[in-house]
Amino acid sequence: MRAAVITFPGSNRDGDVAKALRQAGASVDHVWHGDDALPAGTDLVVLPGGFSYGDYLRCGAIAGRARIMDATRAHAAGGGYVLGICNGFQIACEAGLLPGILVRNADLKFVCKRQHLKVERTDTAFTSAYADGQTIDVCIAHGEGNYICDDETLARLEGDGLVAFRYCDADGNVTAAANPNGSLGGIAGIYSAGRNVLGLMPHPENLIDGLVGGTDGRGLFASLVGAKAAA
Amino acid sequence: MKARVTVTLKTGVLDPQGKAIEGALKSLGIDGVGSVRQGKVFDIELDGSDHAAAEAALQAACEKLLANTVIENYRVEIGA
Repeated sequence: MRAAVITFPGSNRDGDVAKALRQAGASVDHVWHGDDALPAGTDLVVLPGGFSYGDYLRCGAIAGRARIMDATRAHAAGGGYVLGICNGFQIACEAGLLPGILVRNADLKFVCKRQHLKVERTDTAFTSAYADGQTIDVCIAHGEGNYICDDETLARLEGDGLVAFRYCDADGNVTAAANPNGSLGGIAGIYSAGRNVLGLMPHPENLIDGLVGGTDGRGLFASLVGAKAAA
Repeated sequence: MKARVTVTLKTGVLDPQGKAIEGALKSLGIDGVGSVRQGKVFDIELDGSDHAAAEAALQAACEKLLANTVIENYRVEIGA
């Protein structure tokens, strides 16, 4: 598994996600947003968390139009994997890789805490290392993670099984109380139609070492490396 | 030429920032405030004097970057 982690001006989780990928056995190239091409042999493009362009205009809007995003869209169109985490999810939506948009949290507060997620399906390249129906414990840290889209798109996401993760309580119940930002349907992450692009607000790369309180994030990176090995 | 692009949230899209501003205005005792919706204004200087070309360029600017049409509407006004 060869991963290209893109650094935009204001990205700040590129180092952490690279560490998580290497821990899972991937090789990692760091790629600058102004580059035209991805390294030859790139299997996975990672749009990391942070505050690209200081969240100017809309979160992810300017990064979504960066030069490297043309190559990223071509990579995704050819079935290549793309993972957008937090600001990377916002960038993926703004770049047209995923539908909908992430807007200000319903209660206007920046939320930074541990959060349980329900893994909606485990037959994807991003989640195969998790168990069916598993609830995972990861971190969230965002001010604009409130996922919205039009009714038609929501019906398609739900009907086609494109919801990847939902916010839930410790017992796996998806409730309004467990929803930290007002997202439609408690959506924490979604797939593209081909399930080769995943965007999610939570940070799985934060929980990859028991030393910092948990390892539930490892499964996502292990799944990706396993998907490449199986291919 | 000078132009002004105004980007506003579509009807029905929740605007928690507008709501907070609305609450602050009311708490300041400013009378008659029904509701507040927050938007964005871009003042743009354009080269040339071709009105139609400017209109087309600004339309493209809105569609490609200035507005996200999932949640926003935009209006273009071109001055002298």
